[in-house]
Amino acid sequence: MNNSKYSDSALLLFFIIMVVAGPFLLAPFGGSYPDLLQKFAIFGIFAIGFNILFGLTGYLSFGHAVFLGVGSYGAVWMFKLLSYNVLPALVVAVVVAGFFSVVIGYISLRRSGIYFSILTLAFAQMMFNVAYSVATPITNGETGLQIYNDDPQWLQGADSPLTTNLFGLKMNEVFWRPEFLGFEAQFNVGYYFCAFFLIIAFYLALRITRSPFGMMLRAIKTNQNRLNFTGVSTRPYMLAAFVISGMYAGLAGGLWACMDPLAGAERMQWTASGEVVLMTILGGAGTMLGPVLGAGFIKYFEAIFSKINDQVLHSWFAFMPDGMENVMVAIVHPFVGKGWHLTLGLLFMMIVIFLPGGLIGGLTSLGRVLTGRGRKSKG
Amino acid sequence: MDAILLQILNGLDKGSAYALIALGLTLIFGTLGVVNFAHGALFMIGAFCAVTLNKVFALSSITIDPTKTDFLGKPLQVKTPYLEKWFGDAGLAIMDWSVPLAIIVSIPIMMLIGYVMERGLIRHFYKRPHADQILVTFGLAIVLQEIIKAFYGANPIQTPAPSTFVGTLDIGVYLGFAQDAITYPYWRLVYFAFACLVIFAVFAFLRFTTFGMVVRAGMADRETVGLLGININKKFTIMFALAACVAGVAGVMYTPINSPNYHMGMDFLVLSFVVVVVGGMGSLPGAVLAGFLLGILESIASMNVVKQFFETIFIPSIDQIVIYLVAVIVLLVRPRGLLGHKGMMED
Amino acid sequence: MSSDKNPLHTPLTRRSMLKASAASAVVGAAPMIIPSTAHAYLNEPKGATVTLGFNVPQSGPYADEGADELRAYELAVEHLNGGGDGGMMNTFSSKALKGNGILGKKVTYVTGDTQTKSDAARSSAKSMIEKDGAVMITGGSSSGVAIAVQGLCQEAGVIFMAGLTHSNDTTGKDKKANGFRHFFNGYMSAAALAPVLEKNYGTDRKAYHLTADYTWGWTQEESIAAATEAKGWETVEKVRTPLASTDFSSYIGQVLKTDADVLVLNHYGGNMVNSLTNAVQFGLKDKMVNGKQFEIIVPLYSRLMARGAGENVKGIFGSTNWHWSLQDEGSKAFVKSFGEKYGFPPSQAAHTCYVQTLLYADACERAGSFDPCAVGAALEGFDFDGLGNGPTHYRADDHQCFKDVLVVKGKENPTTEFDLLEVVEVTPRAQVEYAPDHPMFAGGDLGKCNTGA
Repeated sequence: MNNSKYSDSALLLFFIIMVVAGPFLLAPFGGSYPDLLQKFAIFGIFAIGFNILFGLTGYLSFGHAVFLGVGSYGAVWMFKLLSYNVLPALVVAVVVAGFFSVVIGYISLRRSGIYFSILTLAFAQMMFNVAYSVATPITNGETGLQIYNDDPQWLQGADSPLTTNLFGLKMNEVFWRPEFLGFEAQFNVGYYFCAFFLIIAFYLALRITRSPFGMMLRAIKTNQNRLNFTGVSTRPYMLAAFVISGMYAGLAGGLWACMDPLAGAERMQWTASGEVVLMTILGGAGTMLGPVLGAGFIKYFEAIFSKINDQVLHSWFAFMPDGMENVMVAIVHPFVGKGWHLTLGLLFMMIVIFLPGGLIGGLTSLGRVLTGRGRKSKG
Repeated sequence: MDAILLQILNGLDKGSAYALIALGLTLIFGTLGVVNFAHGALFMIGAFCAVTLNKVFALSSITIDPTKTDFLGKPLQVKTPYLEKWFGDAGLAIMDWSVPLAIIVSIPIMMLIGYVMERGLIRHFYKRPHADQILVTFGLAIVLQEIIKAFYGANPIQTPAPSTFVGTLDIGVYLGFAQDAITYPYWRLVYFAFACLVIFAVFAFLRFTTFGMVVRAGMADRETVGLLGININKKFTIMFALAACVAGVAGVMYTPINSPNYHMGMDFLVLSFVVVVVGGMGSLPGAVLAGFLLGILESIASMNVVKQFFETIFIPSIDQIVIYLVAVIVLLVRPRGLLGHKGMMED
Repeated sequence: MSSDKNPLHTPLTRRSMLKASAASAVVGAAPMIIPSTAHAYLNEPKGATVTLGFNVPQSGPYADEGADELRAYELAVEHLNGGGDGGMMNTFSSKALKGNGILGKKVTYVTGDTQTKSDAARSSAKSMIEKDGAVMITGGSSSGVAIAVQGLCQEAGVIFMAGLTHSNDTTGKDKKANGFRHFFNGYMSAAALAPVLEKNYGTDRKAYHLTADYTWGWTQEESIAAATEAKGWETVEKVRTPLASTDFSSYIGQVLKTDADVLVLNHYGGNMVNSLTNAVQFGLKDKMVNGKQFEIIVPLYSRLMARGAGENVKGIFGSTNWHWSLQDEGSKAFVKSFGEKYGFPPSQAAHTCYVQTLLYADACERAGSFDPCAVGAALEGFDFDGLGNGPTHYRADDHQCFKDVLVVKGKENPTTEFDLLEVVEVTPRAQVEYAPDHPMFAGGDLGKCNTGA
């Protein structure tokens, strides 16, 4: 046990360093700008929360994006009604998501396996369809809920900023733009605000996993029937896990609204729910770092690969002779820009084929090969 | 009354597509234990077999017509399809019948795709967790649809039905209604009949052939069948190819109903999973039954009177949510779907 | 990818270093003083180039329309930088553009994928603003996205030149000081269509609306219903169809059960292709109701996507912002340079995007600056001609362009695959104008222009 506690502290420390140094680390990859960094943190929280449910209990929710969505709606409504301060928005986001996860979880957890998945999917799709159309007075439908000049904003001070802020500290402020290895890194208030929650979320998830409650959840994954036979009622544990993970999603949704005060209905669609499933599996379900890594991986591709156009390609291969350059551009062209989905699909397949256990699984086996050491416990 | 009958027809028609996709999905799931997220993509590929054949038939020789100009003011290039040039009216008839002809082409193609998919990819995932299966088949689905998009673009492409089947049939008259009470497009009736035929053929195949018997036994208890010394793996490859085929021909025949585009598979994917689960995992009759049932309920829910009724009891736009609402209710009342077996996919 | 692109870059000094470390230490604790930048406005171009952000759908159902928009943007950039044959720059009434970029700076661009989702579009636009230093964002193929990105540009402090967006809300209740729309809207479609419909179908008609169940669909339904009712038509029913519908048979079937003799399809893109195909399948075009021929109307046509409906569009009325067959000098010049570069005629989406880019560049030249407020002021109330739509006015009150609207009809005997629509009438601008406080556009507030400084 001592050993595990020690390695947990090391893991947490490693995680904190990585998160704090994020803007530097991503600068060489062209990813050091506020929006992408914030997305990493937000989806990291979302995936960590999802992993508490899926990774520990094995229950695959296919409608988790709903909680993220309602969290966002809750937060934007707070901006509309109270002020641009992010704290009430976050609190409401988590509470609203918690409420919805109690209701949906209570019903869906009456079934297990794929029946559970389809129940959560059904709830999510119903809520998405309604949010997009008839619930427009609450959600602003297709466009997404946003803040108008004539919104009440009862608590908005006369001189407080007109963007989301924490007691005057603006979320979109970039406070430092150093050069790092010839690349610009952008240090942004919003990112560190999200990172603060990401670290807390990670720490809590770590504690939950190592707690007796976490043991119980893993026991459910191993054999729920046996638990039921021994007289343990698993439902309360499951519901607790579901609600915790829903609140994580709500926190992520709230943070998203704090970084960018608009809540679109698409973030509740089944594709969004599917995305967090993919993030978790891709990174390594049931591991601590995996989901965060998976989230970063997918968001990076979405943000960076979709922006590579022929102009960029030509500048990449400009050092080559003309004919060669055109050939290279023609080869790479289908995989970037409008073809970024193709690359993503191929990577999904390759990772799952060659790296069972996801990115983390791959990294651990790589580490094992490099250090020549025996089997290590997964991070 | 005639309005409801019309909606039931619509429902059977929608249900045909759901049932055919769900049937293949259940076959794959029941026999191989694989959750195949690429199944919608197979449906889409079937549809694009029809599109491709249509385009191949339309391959044209180009002649310059100096009397007319194109949009840039240059002489107009007039295209005459080779088929028309070589065979005259017979060639035109072949072009007209491209969709039914595409079935003949699509069967070997889909068989091949199914075979390659199972041998090359799916086979290695039998023992892997469902999560891995979802990830790999979802990745495959994206790749397949992006390839189609790269060749055909994102816009829908029209592939018309043979001109014989354009227009509507006045069914109401045969059922004793007034003239024009229930008129229904010919091709949609053809689609329904075709779906019934395929479903019937699949069931007969499983029921009355030794092969089918082994497969059904495998669905019930895979290990025991393996112990009996039967090479179940080979059978499963054929089963997968068959399921791909069912999805493919369903896609071919669907093209005249709605112009196909590259993401039509994804549009159907989620719905067909709901259909499979509502029917009961691993139950073929369940999948078919649920397909038609959800199709009919969806159609009836879109009727104005029904929508207004649900609005009065504070459920707005029931047609948006009906399928999912029914799924929730069915799963709460019948834990394993309509006709599901115990223990299938519950953990 | 390189860092020198971003003009907001502050050099690393001991001072900023201290501040930053202090800042990271007290993040979330208290408000603090941020070193103010020496820039008058966000992303002020300091080098030899200026960066524009082209945010178009590259995946999802509108990917082809997005690809056409992107082609138009590339063409516009080429012309602005003095390449090609100059296209509509030669016919443009304002002669401020010289073919040497904008204000002497070479135009470069970045592209992104909106995925036709508000969230993704905003994310993509943010990366262009934050990372690539774009001074202007443009593009998009749906109103939801246009409104979402317009809001973002207002908050961030850059100009947004809307692409294809037809909802009344874009320049109505969601109008923003930093956002500008050249494309027409639902009200204009209705105002242009109604007289043509009256002339062709008479005043005694009963219309049945099928409407995509989201804001664009609603505003168009409202506009068309109001305009046709003013001509004496009766609206029998307005039915909302779910967003995810691919098969409209169960909605079409009900039309026949009423005494309606006109079907209005307030659908766009793929939905339009399917609902029109289904309507024709059910024989609606051949029906006789109330002793009259049954008619179908598609108020907003997209030629690109109408191809998916094939023969079904024949004889069906609709409206469009622009069509390549127009014979004015501007349109001819644009079709020529686009056609010669890409081999097919441009779509209305391509046209509006090209024009928006030129208008922005011209406004910068006239304002002598890229400052969003100065550019906005130059665009407000601007009158121009020669860009394919006749004399056009950018109204200051709501940043909407006012110009002639085309009423089109599906062509009976197309000669080529692009020749799907024929222009029936060019409705003069006066007929489609409305007051800025018209009830369909009420409730919005432009606010103040934001420079992001």
